[in-house]
Order: sequence, then structure tokens, then C-alpha cells
Amino acid sequence: MDLLINGETKTVALPDETPLLWALRDGLNITGVKYGCGIAQCGACTVHIDGEAVRSCQIALGDVWGAVTTIEGLGQPDALHAVQQAWIEHQVAQCGYCQSGQIMQAVDLLNVNPTPTDDDIDDVMSGNLCRCATYPRIRAAIHTAAAKIQAG
Amino acid sequence: MGTVGKIARRTFLVGSVAIAGGVVFGIRSYNARLENPLTARLGQGEAALTPYVKISADGITIITPRAEMGQGIHTTLAAMVAEELDVELADIRTEHGPPSSAYYNGGVVEEGYPFPATDMGVVAEFARAQRDIPAVFLSYQITGGSTSTHDGYEKMRAAGAVARETLKLAGSARTGIPVSSLTTKAGSVILPDGQKIPYTDLAMEAAAIDPPPTPALRPKEQWRILGNSQDRLDVVDKSTGAAIYASDVRLPGMRFGAVRRNPYVRGILLSFDATEALSMPGVDAVVDIGNGVVAVAESTWAAMQALDAIKFDWENPGLPTDTKSHSDVLAQAFTQDNLDSRQRDDGDVDAALSGADIIEAEYRVPYLAHATLEPMNAATWLDKGTLRIWTGTQGPTVARREAAKAAGLEEDQVELTTTLLGGGFGRRGEMDFVQIAAKVAVALPDLPLLVTYPREEDMSRGPYRPASIGRFRAAVIDGQVSAVDIASASPSIFRGITERGGSPAPIPGFLPDFTISQALWDQPYSIKNYRTSAYRSPDLLPASFWRSVGASQNAFFHECMMDEVAVAAGRDPVEMRLDLITDTPSRKVLEAVAEMSDWGSAPGPNRARGVAFSLCFGAPTAQVVEVAQTPNGLKVTQAWIAVDVGTALDPRNIDAQLISGVNFGLGAAIGEKITITDGIVDQSNYHDYTPMRMYQAPTITTRILENAPHIRGIGEPGTPAAAPALTNAVFALTGQRIRTLPLGDTVQFI
Repeated sequence: MDLLINGETKTVALPDETPLLWALRDGLNITGVKYGCGIAQCGACTVHIDGEAVRSCQIALGDVWGAVTTIEGLGQPDALHAVQQAWIEHQVAQCGYCQSGQIMQAVDLLNVNPTPTDDDIDDVMSGNLCRCATYPRIRAAIHTAAAKIQAG
Repeated sequence: MGTVGKIARRTFLVGSVAIAGGVVFGIRSYNARLENPLTARLGQGEAALTPYVKISADGITIITPRAEMGQGIHTTLAAMVAEELDVELADIRTEHGPPSSAYYNGGVVEEGYPFPATDMGVVAEFARAQRDIPAVFLSYQITGGSTSTHDGYEKMRAAGAVARETLKLAGSARTGIPVSSLTTKAGSVILPDGQKIPYTDLAMEAAAIDPPPTPALRPKEQWRILGNSQDRLDVVDKSTGAAIYASDVRLPGMRFGAVRRNPYVRGILLSFDATEALSMPGVDAVVDIGNGVVAVAESTWAAMQALDAIKFDWENPGLPTDTKSHSDVLAQAFTQDNLDSRQRDDGDVDAALSGADIIEAEYRVPYLAHATLEPMNAATWLDKGTLRIWTGTQGPTVARREAAKAAGLEEDQVELTTTLLGGGFGRRGEMDFVQIAAKVAVALPDLPLLVTYPREEDMSRGPYRPASIGRFRAAVIDGQVSAVDIASASPSIFRGITERGGSPAPIPGFLPDFTISQALWDQPYSIKNYRTSAYRSPDLLPASFWRSVGASQNAFFHECMMDEVAVAAGRDPVEMRLDLITDTPSRKVLEAVAEMSDWGSAPGPNRARGVAFSLCFGAPTAQVVEVAQTPNGLKVTQAWIAVDVGTALDPRNIDAQLISGVNFGLGAAIGEKITITDGIVDQSNYHDYTPMRMYQAPTITTRILENAPHIRGIGEPGTPAAAPALTNAVFALTGQRIRTLPLGDTVQFI
């Protein structure tokens, strides 16, 4: 099974029914994407397919319909995405395990709604659990990233 | 390394020495006799300056002996060393220390002392000064009890100072310039003419020098790093997917295991039939672990599918079968026979209560899951007789011991590496996942493995914050509380952790379990007749340390009581508390939170506030929580918290931990519970066990005070007062006094 992941074509030697999450993690050693629940309740496995945030634990490898972007493909330390920059500026991460999923969800939120209110943020981000409850800093970082993207 | 390493380790005991081109510096103090665990692991050209500082030509690494589970401790511990070593935080790396008694935590010993944190008397202070002795002998390499900061405060700075002074001696030996004319800055020794010799250049020469005694540590006024907010050293990795947790350890040829144990907690696996599972593509093996199995396959998902195809015959050991019967056991535990400790019995409580108008009530709290977002896991590789294990653990020395025991190996055949923890909250002080991974590793030798608990396994087998019941009777005279008799009952965490193999040393059953009475007996209220009792119930579901431990229920019992008493006395609950508290730091946090929240002003229509205080882990905290009635239910709108940490090393990180701690407590109070039906836990995943989500998170304002004499940690103190402050706010808003958590069982929250 061939997939386009972070701009590269990768071959995964796992059955088609394997969820994308496990194909990435165990088949391709792309581990920034995390397992938290397996039932789309926590959002730790959030990646993008054709730019749209999806729960990779719910999508079979055989059903992947487009290019996959994971946190590793979003931005690296020398070329960070504006959302990652804001995450660092606000020192959001604590244990950090959920943050790849939070960031991928936040990027999608800003793509759809470039100037979200607190309520907009709560609506979209409430599907992503953070057991360290870093929520106030996530909100603040999303506002900062929104402003930065708006300013170009 | 061979011979050179062995010689070096012996020689280290008297000073410092070169090791395979490296260097080790000892700290000449009580712990100088401890072997430096780094020396055996040094690579070519690496030097270990004290067990906490390793230097090679490539750079400087600070060993942070506590687990980084989100609390930011690696950054704070590194900052302590960097402050004295004269390096910039941006220029160093950090590493978890290997298992070693050199990395003892004296702070956890102190937490069990029979002195309240407000006791600055001679005996209490002497005992605190001696805390390191049992910690060393018991190999207390533990992260817990909010102790890492106060445990590390002296020794990490001393480690930096000794390394700095030794590097200066090396600079002096090289240049012939007297050491008194040398200074240090930004990772270099500076000569009088301004020339710099980088530390990385001097390490090998420093190896030949006997390290000096620990110099005087720099006073606070001279700090460049400590006292100022720092960027977390892990924040970039954690924002780019590069941070490595146990879940992310990958080795060539690695296979993936998934765990299923008996859903009847404490029951064993009688038999199983894995014929169908083993015929599934990609499935390698099904390993019997005694109370369950681990399926091993080409992916974690394939292993989980295999588990579903196995037929199990589970033993049902016949514990109380439902939530009510567990509560009944607790309710019956308030007897003389079960009295575990009575650490406070001031005045004559019985006389003061007899004939008075009594206010009395019973409060109940449920079992709670840690529900760390990273489920329990460990990576292993039994490599030619050496068991290599990578896991996120709050107790590396105990983890190594338990891995060896489970695998049937000697401890020196186990090499354990601590990874980042995707949340801990006490759960990763348990050893079940290490024991299981070790058993599977020896069953499948030479095969690198990653063993993971499916979320359902993680959620439904415990161990849990114990369920508990609190009861009080109190009397009021002339608008002030005159007598309090408060008691708490729960199973013993100590007994459980000893039985499960999680304790550094067996804890004798005759010792009181201080977690049952934690934050109940040692609160700084001067009440004339004041008795606190802790009752140890029989074992129920496995009981474990959960963020703030006994304080998580006892602060709820005690501070809801204070609110009930204030109402009965017709008093403002802040004023009433201030009348009873003489300890200055405790008074100041209450005064601060009252000011921050504009306590006393009307909170606006359909809103109300509640207050609570808790002194736990040595840090007095006060919280005010505001709730609003909305068309969709109650909403927590705001919270204010003031805490005294003695000395604040990293204010922005303390702010983060306070917010995290408050939300952790509020989330549990609103909606978290573990319940039991027919002997099996009902909750299995985040749809039915519901930690706080973003839409529930209030605005939180924090204030950090520094009036207390001792420095304190901050991972837990934010949690205990959240539940009572919220419960008292709900009473103020609705008039309904809810005495059972979670509150969401009684009132609707949004």
C-alpha cells in the first residue's frame, strides 16, 4: 500500500484494514501521531488528509483518500508553522503527549476560520483531550497564531 | 570501557578521575560515598562532573534524576545546575538519570514525617535536615509528592558549583594563573585577559583534579536564571512531534504487544484458547502473564484484534460486586479496630461536643482513574542475556528491581532507560506495565518489543485513587467553631503498593499510612478542640497515588466542613478561616485570593463563589471558584488561586502547574468516577470516563507568594482545594449542599 505522507511516497506493509494511526506509528515509525483512545474520543491521533484534520484511528489504510500530513510534516524546528511557533511562544506543552493532535486540529480550525472567537475555539478544540489541562494556553496560542497568519 | 571503567568507579570515591577520556566529579558531602552511576556508561571523550553533569567535546548534559511527566522539572533542575555552573540553558541538554541510589529523593521521606509543614520547631527542622539518610539507603529514586524541587534545590546547585570550581582548577593548572584570578561565564573559564577556555575543552584535564569541597552557593540576589521564567527545554520537541515517550521507542525488527488482564480485579487467568488468534495474519505469539495475556503481532492494532479472538476463562475472586457494596465497606470502617492514625487530638473534643448543637455530615468520593493520555507501556529487548527496557517511570530503581524479578534475572542484567512520560499523576509510580513487559521479553528472547495497554485495559483495571468517606461533627459557639471531630476512611495505598511491588522497601503493616490522613490532620487551623482520625478499610479496588494523593479527598472533606460550619455560624468563610489561622504564609494566600477574586463583592446575577484552603505538600493554597447558572446547566466561569512556594524558581511554569492542578481537580469534581457492576469496572474509555475538556475550562488567575521558609514543589498543590471550592460555590448558588462527588451526578453541568 502506497501513501503520500509529508510529501513523500511511502510503502506500508500492513493490511488495508489497519487504521492509518497504526500504519504511521508501527508500519512507518512516524511517531509524532499518538494513540490515546482508539475510538475518536481524545484527538491525540489527529493528522491531515488533503489539509483536513481527521482522527487517524478511525480511517483504514485502504480508505485514505489523499495526501497525509503529520506533525512532522507540518513544520520542523528550523521552519515552524505559525501554530507551532505560537505553541512555543505560549509554552503550551506540559507532558506534551496530546499536543501533536492539538496542533493539527488548531491548524485546521484556522484554515476554516482564520479569526476564531473563544467560543469557536472551544467548539472545535473540545474533541482534543489534554489531561494536563493546558486549555487556557491552547486558547491563547490559537489567538496568537491567528493574528500572526492574518498579518502575513 | 572494561578495566578503565572499574578503576574509575573505585577511584571516584576519593575524588575525580579520568575515565576513558572522561571525567567525574564528586560532591564532598554526605552523599560523596555514593557511586556516580554515570561513570559506567560514559562514552569515549565524555566526562561526568558529579552525577548530574556530563561533559564531552560535543557539549554539556545535565542529568535530571526526576521523571519529566509534564511538570517541567527537567527545565527547573537544569536551571539549578546552570545557575552555578555558568552555562546558558539554551546551550545544554538534559537526560533522565539511570536507576541509581545516587539519585535518591529526600523530599519524599519528609512528606511522611509526623510534623505539619507549619512546624518550624527544632525537632521538625532537625528531622528535615536528616531526610536524605533513609532516602539513600532505600534507593528512593522517586518522582512524586511534589518533592523534586525542594529535594534538588541544594544538591543540583551544589553539583553545578563543584563542577564549576573544578573546571576553574583545571584552567589554573593549564595556564598557571591562580584560580582566584579566574572567572566563569557562558560555558567557559575566563582568564584575566578575557581569553576563554570552553568547559568542553577542559573536561579531560579536570578529570585529573580532586574536586574541591562544595563552595558557598550564590545568594538569590545574584541569580541570573533561577527566579525567572524559562523556556521549557522540551517545548520545541513537544510542538514538532520529536519528543520520545516509551510509545515511540523503535528498534530494528520490533514487534508490538497488547495487554488484556482479568476484568475481575485481583482475579487470575484460569485458562484460555488462542487457536484462532494465532491463526490471524501478522500475529506472532500469545504470552500468558498469569492474570492475563499479551498478544504480540506486526502492529499494535493487529495485537489488539488478536486479543478479541481469544477465549478466556477468568477467575472471579468475589470482591464486593458493585459500587454500593464498596461504599458499604468504607462506611463500616469507622471503628476502633480500623483506626490507622489519630495525629491530632487537641483539647477535649467529646466534652466540647456533648450538649452542643452539632453540625454533622458525611461526604463521599469515588474511585478515580489517572487516565494519562499515554496509556501504560514499555519497550523491551532481551539482548544476549541483558534485558534492555525503556519506559516512563516515576521510580527507576524500583522499576529495574521489578523487571529483574519478573524476568528471573539479576538486577545488574537489567538496563533501564527512562523516557518522557505522557502524563504520570502517580500512575507511572506503579510497576504493573514494567513487570508485564519484562515477562513478555523473556518469553520472546532477542525480539525487540513494545507492549501497550489498550485504553480499555488502562482504564478498567486500576489502580485508582481510592474511594473514600469523610465524616465530621462540629460545634459552634459565639460565631466561631469550638470543636471539630473529623475522620476519613479509605483502603491503604501503602499496603497496595507494597503488595504490587511498587515500593522501594516493604512498608510494614503496623506503620500508619499517612496518605489516609494527609491534609486532614496537619491543617493550620487553631481550633480549641480538634480531632482528626484516619481509618484503614479493607482492601477494595487497588488503591494508588493520584495527583495530590490523600489530599485529593481530605481537603474536600475538611473544607466543605469549614463551609458548613461557617454557614451555621453565620460567618463569612474567608473571615472565619482567617480568625483560626495564625501561620503567616497560610493567612497571606487566603488574603491574596480574597483580593484577587474581589471576595465580598456581589458576583453578578446567577453566579456565586466558593472558597477553600489547603496546606498540602508543604504549600499553603487558597482557591476561589465561581459558577454560573446557564440555560444548559452550571458552568465554572472563573477560578483564582494563590499559593506560597517559599521560593519561586520559574514563575511561568508554576502558573502552568497551578492551572493544570486546578483543572485536574475541577474536572474530577464535575464528572469523573469509576464505578463497578457485577465485579467489573463500568468505565472503559474517554466516552464514559470524562476528564475536563476545553469547553469546561474556566479562566484561571494565579498568584505566587514567597513568604514560607522552605522551598516547595507545585505539581500537586493546585488540585486539592478545587473540589471543595467548587462544591461550596454550588451551595452558594443553588442552596444545595452536595456531599457526594462527582457533582455532575446530582446537578447538571454544561
